[in-house]
Amino acid sequence: MLDVRGLQKVYEGSGRRVEAVRDLTFTVEAGELVCLVGPSGCGKTTLLKCIGGLLTPTAGEVLLAGKRVTGPPPGMAFVFQEYGRSLFPWMRVAQNVELPLKQKSLSKERRRELVADALGSVGLADAAGAYPWQLSGGMQQRVAIARALAYEPDVLLMDEPFAAVDAQTRADLEDLVRGLWRERGITVLFVTHDIDEAVYLGERVVVLSASPTVVQETLKVDLPIERDQLTTRVAPRFAELRTHVYAQIQAAKRGVPRQPDAPEELRTDTPPPH
Amino acid sequence: MRPVLLRLGFVLGLPAVLVALWWAASDGSTNVYWPPLRTILKTFPDVWTADRLRSDVLPSVARLAAGYATAAAAGVALGTVIGSYRRVRAVCEPVLEFLRAVPPPVLVPVIMLFAGIGDTMKIVVIASGCVWPVLLNTVEGVRAVDPVMAETARSYGIAGPARLRHLVLRSASPQIFAGLRQALSIGIILMVISEMFAASNGLGFTIVQFQRGFAIPDMWTGILVLGLLGFVLSALFQVVERRVLAWYHGLRAANRRSP
Repeated sequence: MLDVRGLQKVYEGSGRRVEAVRDLTFTVEAGELVCLVGPSGCGKTTLLKCIGGLLTPTAGEVLLAGKRVTGPPPGMAFVFQEYGRSLFPWMRVAQNVELPLKQKSLSKERRRELVADALGSVGLADAAGAYPWQLSGGMQQRVAIARALAYEPDVLLMDEPFAAVDAQTRADLEDLVRGLWRERGITVLFVTHDIDEAVYLGERVVVLSASPTVVQETLKVDLPIERDQLTTRVAPRFAELRTHVYAQIQAAKRGVPRQPDAPEELRTDTPPPH
Repeated sequence: MRPVLLRLGFVLGLPAVLVALWWAASDGSTNVYWPPLRTILKTFPDVWTADRLRSDVLPSVARLAAGYATAAAAGVALGTVIGSYRRVRAVCEPVLEFLRAVPPPVLVPVIMLFAGIGDTMKIVVIASGCVWPVLLNTVEGVRAVDPVMAETARSYGIAGPARLRHLVLRSASPQIFAGLRQALSIGIILMVISEMFAASNGLGFTIVQFQRGFAIPDMWTGILVLGLLGFVLSALFQVVERRVLAWYHGLRAANRRSP
């Protein structure tokens, strides 16, 4: 569904040359939920903006369903971290969700249907007439998710969407994303700096190196499809996986070169590195 | 009920005190130029008859409305263009700063040269003075569109007229309204001044006529009418602003509660 090939992004300006992303190649299959995790400042947002067509990569390419991405494609929807600045405060919740649909030449009834359906599935059917600033942070991010769902994208791009909400709301929103992914079979690329979140949510975790970014490791998350905040997070397998990802990220920060995928030593219980 | 009375008290309190002071201070006045307020108020209904309202106030207000609307449309349109393109801004900004610094009343004799002494001249004078605050505030508002909102719009394919209508102008509307508010008081001043130069009717013309004819209490009533007109227009403006910017006031109140 989504192919990222040899992606490189170099920022150049005022005599400084910053290579944010060096060489990234990975794929997201249709219907997959993939988490990108990496050390802070490793160019995750840059990468996601390149994928979403908001930035032009310096080299390499992004293919969505086989077609090269040159600008924001209609098949992608973005959920930003800054929910408060991503929703339009002069529009009510339903209008915010509907606005992108107006660019898609859908009939009025169809738009209304999509808006009601999307707001319903994030549990905000009652808030349609409210202004975003009348809602809590978590609810605002739900509106942003509803807007993305109503857009009916092939791929949903989420850029650290829960980094700015409190821990309890965050857990709820994680379950919401997993639930929506299972119900609707959408393809999700989820960027986070939170290792636990990446392992809990993802079917696959792509670990990124420090900037200039390359893929440090790709890891299949073999947790059961049915996940829950209480049991999954204390499962031994969860601990193993998160420990492994944590070790990889620490290695990435120190600049240790990438390790082979699907590590064997994970089968044995390795104590966390401290 | 009580809060309403209380608010009314706050609104009317100071004006009532000032009027009472004026009344008391001017009561025994024998100075021709400072007639007692009693005399002024007694003259008021004789001067401002329905006929006079039609022949003098209405033309003034109509010219003000035409000039103000022209300035608002031109200011928002030009401001949006200048604010949207960095290159255009770089070229225009020094010129704008210069033109803004020219006091609008000095334009009256100049504009009279090519626009004559009719209504067109007055409308042009009002518009040319009102346009600056609208224009400059629009430029600032358009420039200040939040980058995350702009990116959101881009990623959802909201471009062209839809972007202008749903993002740029709405986001700039608090600044645009700040400009429109400044423009309103400038507009009233220019309305009067333009009528003092060359006119056969209007509020400014009437006040100058009274002054030249030594009808001093009548002149004072004209000043009162101007004050009242300004007050009514500003109240109307506030009503519109509250409606259009309801989201902005709500957002600010919400941010104050939880920063």
